[in-house]
Amino acid sequence: MTTFAEGTLHTHRELDDMLGQRWRKPRFIKRPWLRWALGIGFIVYMIAAVLTVEVNWARVYEGLDRGAQFVLAFTSPDFTSRGGDIWDGMVESIIMTVAASVVGIAISIPIGLGAARNIAPLPVYLICRGIVAISRALQEIIVAILLVAIFGFGPLAGFLTLSFATIGFLSKLLAEDIEAMDRVQAEAIKASGASWMQWINYGVQPQVMPRLIGLSMYRIDINFRESAILGLVGAGGIGATLNTAFDRYEYDTAAAILILIIVIVMALEYLSGMIRARVQ
Amino acid sequence: MLRLESLTKTYKTGDKALQSVDLEVPEGQVLALIGPSGAGKSTLIRCINRLVEPTSGKVWLGETELTTLNQRALRRARRRMGMIFQEYALVERLTVMENVLSGRLGYVGFWRSLTRRYPQSDVDEAFRLLDRVGLLAMADKRADELSGGQRQRVGICRALIQNPELLLVDEPTASLDPKTSRQIMRLICELCDERGLAAIINIHDVALAQMFVQRVIGLRTGAMEFDGAPEKLTPEVLTAIYGEEDWEATIRKVEEEGEEVAAQ
Amino acid sequence: MWVCWLLGVAVFVYCWQRISEATTWFFVWDAPRIANDIWTRATPPRWDYIAQLGRPVWDTLNIATLGTMIALCIAVPVAFMAARNTTPSRLFVRPIALLIIVSTRSINSLIWALLLIAIIGPGVFAGIIAIAIRSVGFCAKLLYEAIEEIDESQVEAITATGASRWQVMTYGIVPQILPAFAGIAVFRWDINIRESTVLGLVGAGGIGLQLQASLNVLAWPQVSLILLVILAAVVLGEWVSAKVRGAII
Repeated sequence: MTTFAEGTLHTHRELDDMLGQRWRKPRFIKRPWLRWALGIGFIVYMIAAVLTVEVNWARVYEGLDRGAQFVLAFTSPDFTSRGGDIWDGMVESIIMTVAASVVGIAISIPIGLGAARNIAPLPVYLICRGIVAISRALQEIIVAILLVAIFGFGPLAGFLTLSFATIGFLSKLLAEDIEAMDRVQAEAIKASGASWMQWINYGVQPQVMPRLIGLSMYRIDINFRESAILGLVGAGGIGATLNTAFDRYEYDTAAAILILIIVIVMALEYLSGMIRARVQ
Repeated sequence: MLRLESLTKTYKTGDKALQSVDLEVPEGQVLALIGPSGAGKSTLIRCINRLVEPTSGKVWLGETELTTLNQRALRRARRRMGMIFQEYALVERLTVMENVLSGRLGYVGFWRSLTRRYPQSDVDEAFRLLDRVGLLAMADKRADELSGGQRQRVGICRALIQNPELLLVDEPTASLDPKTSRQIMRLICELCDERGLAAIINIHDVALAQMFVQRVIGLRTGAMEFDGAPEKLTPEVLTAIYGEEDWEATIRKVEEEGEEVAAQ
Repeated sequence: MWVCWLLGVAVFVYCWQRISEATTWFFVWDAPRIANDIWTRATPPRWDYIAQLGRPVWDTLNIATLGTMIALCIAVPVAFMAARNTTPSRLFVRPIALLIIVSTRSINSLIWALLLIAIIGPGVFAGIIAIAIRSVGFCAKLLYEAIEEIDESQVEAITATGASRWQVMTYGIVPQILPAFAGIAVFRWDINIRESTVLGLVGAGGIGLQLQASLNVLAWPQVSLILLVILAAVVLGEWVSAKVRGAII
């Protein structure tokens, strides 16, 4: 019975032996000690984690009132009383998004080519992979803090942050795409005696272009969402206005800003869906 | 045992899949349903157990009229009809044994089925059926590790463990090679014979149908075109069902193959 | 075609001008010197400060893990309501589910944290809820796409046995989406580890609090150590999630 529970296959299993035996589903983790260790470890961790979270329930209870106010604020968002601030912040966010996406995409194409093992020589590959790894390991907001410290407050720091983050995201996915492409097509171009540039242009580009466009659209979407928080650390955009609104408990203004963000993200998603459908 | 009275199905698109079909299947009769693609074979089978809701008409299973049943009663009625599918339709990420036992879902409660604690009688029956189709050793394999023929055998077990009175079989051999197709058809017909089950087998391959069944129904654009013994399938009849084609070769081949099988 | 390119270039140049107008270029020309200055102050990191980082790291881990688990509990029903083939009502329930998904997904967890701190006060709890809300939309979106891609014939086969609605769910649908579910859970957990490291910047607990405090007093050696710890946490999170995903799929 024990061997049966562990799912071992017997070639000479007789029906008579099996009749009347209990049947259990074979376990996902076959070794019992590992199964128990993982299960108990998980429970212990959960208990420890929940116990160490300090919750001030009285404060939370008081907050429910404000929570309700905030939800209500969504039914009557106030676009006008801080209309000027909202407009400036939104325009700045959009400008940062556009500029950073253009620059980021432009830089990430050569780095993406360099980070693909099948077309780049080893030293170039290592350097490009290093850039990608650094860019991906640092979150936008931390990069923004450092850049604000270096370049001062304002949209320039935000623009540089978003460009830097775009490079890590897009280069990695582009490189993976190039590494997964069809070798035969690319080799056929190479065999015709094309130069390196021609080879990239005719052998590689047509294969990865649709996906590159799709990913770029997706990244523009992400850049806009990120640009909304960069203002929290002084790197420009709508975040500063939003932060002020929360600090002053002006929930109707905050609701208006959040609604604007949601609407713009939805519009971008719709647009990118259309563009992706056209190129693929 | 099963009686269809002017069963009609019109899809939302306006396609008339079934046009007033009348059919009576006596107990223990194995019947083949032939016809071109889009003739409504699949729809007919699915209208019987109401996976597709018929537009009008009646379906009598024994003394029960199925088209007016509520959800609860329909579930009870479905237990009496086992179904076998074209692409096997096994739940691929579950084990063979779980797939077979899923045939008992109509009998066991939700918690029992969730915790896989089936009654011992069901477990024994599942082992017996797997032994009968030669897959006992595979009981704890995952369904997606099996070959096509093996999967269809598991599908058969799942239908039979329901302890049905009627089998609804939808293109059982469409995704199998010719040899396995015959083995599966023979297995289904043998099992129906052993258990005295009636069966409606929906099949593309006319030759294969003729080889194994007692009665053939020809369907064309949702209406019955032929009803009779397999020997009565003449080129004229096939032309009426499928349209103009040289049918002599098909029928002759069947006869030769039939002898071969008999000789084995 | 050329008009499009020209238009694109014009838009970019305009954007760049707006950015440069808002920039104090004096600071920018001074940047290399400042960067160098920060670098010399930040190295070497203040290693003994690590003793004070144990608790914040533990909090960060808890924010990510508990937040992910709460999010999954909410995301599963939302996903079933949003998927075309399982939704109870296409006209009423599905749009609501989609609205929940889109609104929670569009807003960054830092903004949710800001909001929750204003409502329930600063602390780890606000961080957990912020992460949970942000993850609901993300997980539910991926999950409902997986539900819409299941093989309907398997569901049909289970229905034909006379199984009840819930049995069809557990036998026909759940086994098909389980691998996708596990993948999504681990993937989101990995992202949440990253996000929870910075939630403290706005006061929602975790190691970000120490980062903010050190930045305020310009204690650069502490900042560099915290950044190293965050980097290690992120790399470790990615490694664990890659391992678990490898084991599941």
